[in-house]
Amino acid sequence: MKSLKTYAVLYLIFLYAPIFLLPLFAFNSSTIIAFPLESFTTEWFTQLLTLSEMHGALLNSLKIAVTSAVLATTLGIFAAMAVSRYSFPGQKGIMGFIMLPLVLPEIIVAVSLLIVILRMGFDTGAWSVIAGHTLICTPFAIAILQSAFAALDPSLEEAAYDLGETPASTFRLVTLPLVMPGIISALLISFTISMDEFIIAFFLTGAEPTLPVYLFSMLRFPKLLPAVMALGTILVVLSILLITIAEFFRRRGAKRTGNDTGGFL
Amino acid sequence: MAASDRIRRFFRTEQGIGMLLVSPTALYALLLLAVPLIAIFVISFWTQTGVRDFDTAFTLANYKEALTDPLYRQLMLRSLMVSGLVTLITVVLAFPIAYFVSFGVKPEHKSLWIFLITIPFWTSYLIRVFLWKVILGYNGVLNSGLKLVGLIDEPLSFILYNVNAVIITLAHAYAPFAILPIFVALEKIDRSLLEASRDLGESRTMTFLRVTLPLAAPGVVAAVLIVFIPTIGDYVTPRLVGGPGGLMIANMIQTQFLRLNNAPLGATLAVLAMLIVAVIAVAFLLLGNRAAGGKKGARK
Repeated sequence: MKSLKTYAVLYLIFLYAPIFLLPLFAFNSSTIIAFPLESFTTEWFTQLLTLSEMHGALLNSLKIAVTSAVLATTLGIFAAMAVSRYSFPGQKGIMGFIMLPLVLPEIIVAVSLLIVILRMGFDTGAWSVIAGHTLICTPFAIAILQSAFAALDPSLEEAAYDLGETPASTFRLVTLPLVMPGIISALLISFTISMDEFIIAFFLTGAEPTLPVYLFSMLRFPKLLPAVMALGTILVVLSILLITIAEFFRRRGAKRTGNDTGGFL
Repeated sequence: MAASDRIRRFFRTEQGIGMLLVSPTALYALLLLAVPLIAIFVISFWTQTGVRDFDTAFTLANYKEALTDPLYRQLMLRSLMVSGLVTLITVVLAFPIAYFVSFGVKPEHKSLWIFLITIPFWTSYLIRVFLWKVILGYNGVLNSGLKLVGLIDEPLSFILYNVNAVIITLAHAYAPFAILPIFVALEKIDRSLLEASRDLGESRTMTFLRVTLPLAAPGVVAAVLIVFIPTIGDYVTPRLVGGPGGLMIANMIQTQFLRLNNAPLGATLAVLAMLIVAVIAVAFLLLGNRAAGGKKGARK
C-alpha cells in the first residue's frame, strides 16, 4: 500500500500539473509563455477589463449556463423521480437513451443539431446552444438527483397524503425540501458544464460567441496569450469554487438521507 | 369511451405515473437527440447543391468517397488508434489509483480522494488542453525547462505537435473517467470474500488475481467504454496540440460542415465513426461477458 500511495500522490501531481502552471504565467510579466519566469505583474488581469468583446461573450455564456442549468435540472427531476419511485415498461431503454449524451462524442450532438436547425430554416443563436447544453447536462443532473430521490423515505410522503395534502402540496412541502441539496448540486454542476462546453457552442452559437468560443479565437493571437492565462486562472478558481459548493450540498443531501456513494458519476 | 377510460386508468397505476413523469425528459431526448441523429443518417445519403440546399435523391456516393479516399481512411484509422491507446493508457494507469482509494484509504477519507481526482475534470477543458500545448510545445515548459537544466540542447521532437502529444493530452483529460467506474466496482466487492480466499490458503497475489480482478471486471469494462467512445470524437485536442499529422476524424467532420459546406459528407463521416465505435463497443462487451461467463463456469 505504501508504494501505491506514492503512486497515487504522483498521479495527483500529474493531474494537477497543468492547472498549477496557470497562475505562474498569469502573473508573469513576460509576453512569452515559457520558463524562466520574469517578474510579477497583474497587467494581464487589467488587460482583461479592456477586452469588451470578452465581456459580451461572458454575459452570453452566463445567460446560456443559467437557462441550461434550470432546464436540465427540471428535466432531471422528472426523470429521477420516475426511476426512483416507479417502474414502467421500457424503463431501461428509455433511461439508457436519455443518458446517452454522457458517452456520445459532443461533436455528433453538435453537427446533428446544427443540421436539423438549418434544415428547418432557423438561425442558430443562444437558444440553440441552450437546447444542446440542456441535452448534455440532463444526464449529469439525473445522476445526482437519482441518488437524492432514491434515498428519500417514501413513508414521509405517505404521511403527508394521510394528513390531507394533495400530491402537488406534498411535493412542495415534503419532497422538495428533502431533495433540495441534490437540486442545488445538480444546478451547479449543470451550470459549470455549460459554462465550460466548447464544441456544441462552437457549432451552434451563431454570431454571438460564448466565453469558451471567444477564448478559442483568442488562442490564435500570441499577443493575447498572457491574458488567456489570466482568464484561465479566474475560470479555474471559479469552477473549483462552484464544484466544492456543489459537493458540499451533495454530501449534505447524502448525510440527510444517509446514503453517500462518494462521487458525482 | 372505453379506450380513453382504460388510458385514464393506466395513468393512475404505478407504471402509468412512472411513464407520465419520465415523459418530458424522454420527449426532450427524442426531439433533440433521436430526431437529429436520424436526420444526420438520412442526410448522409443526400448531396449538397447550395449553401442550404440539398439534392435529396438517395445516393451512396458519400459513403463510397468516405471509404475509398485515403485521407478519410487515414484520419479514421488514426482516430481509432489514438482512442485505443488513450483507453489502454488511462485504464492501466487508473486501476492502481482506484484500488488504492478503495482498499488503502480510510472510509472517511475516500470521498475526499475521489473529489480531488475529479476536480481537474471540472476545470475548463479548453484551458487544460491549451496548457498541454504550453507544456509540450517547441518553446514549451518541458523543453525550456530541460534546456535550462542542460539535459537537452534541442527541443524533444517526439512530443511536438504530433500524435504523441494528442495521446498524452487526452490521457490526462480522461483520467477521472477511467478511475470512477473501477472505484465503484471495487467498492462493491464484499471484503469477506477476500478474507475467505486468504483463509483458504491463497496468497495475496492469487487472491487479487482470482477474486478481486474478476469482480472488478464490470468496472474496467465500463471505464474502457466511457473513455474509448468520447475520445474518438475529440476535436479540441488534435486541433491544438496535434499539428497537421495529429488531426482526427472530428476535425474533418468540422471542416466538411463549417468550411467546405459539404454537410452530407460530414454526416457520412460522423455516421461511419459512430458505427465503427458501436461495433467495437458491442464486440468488446460481448467478449467481456464471455470471458466473465467462462470464468464462472471454470469456478464451478
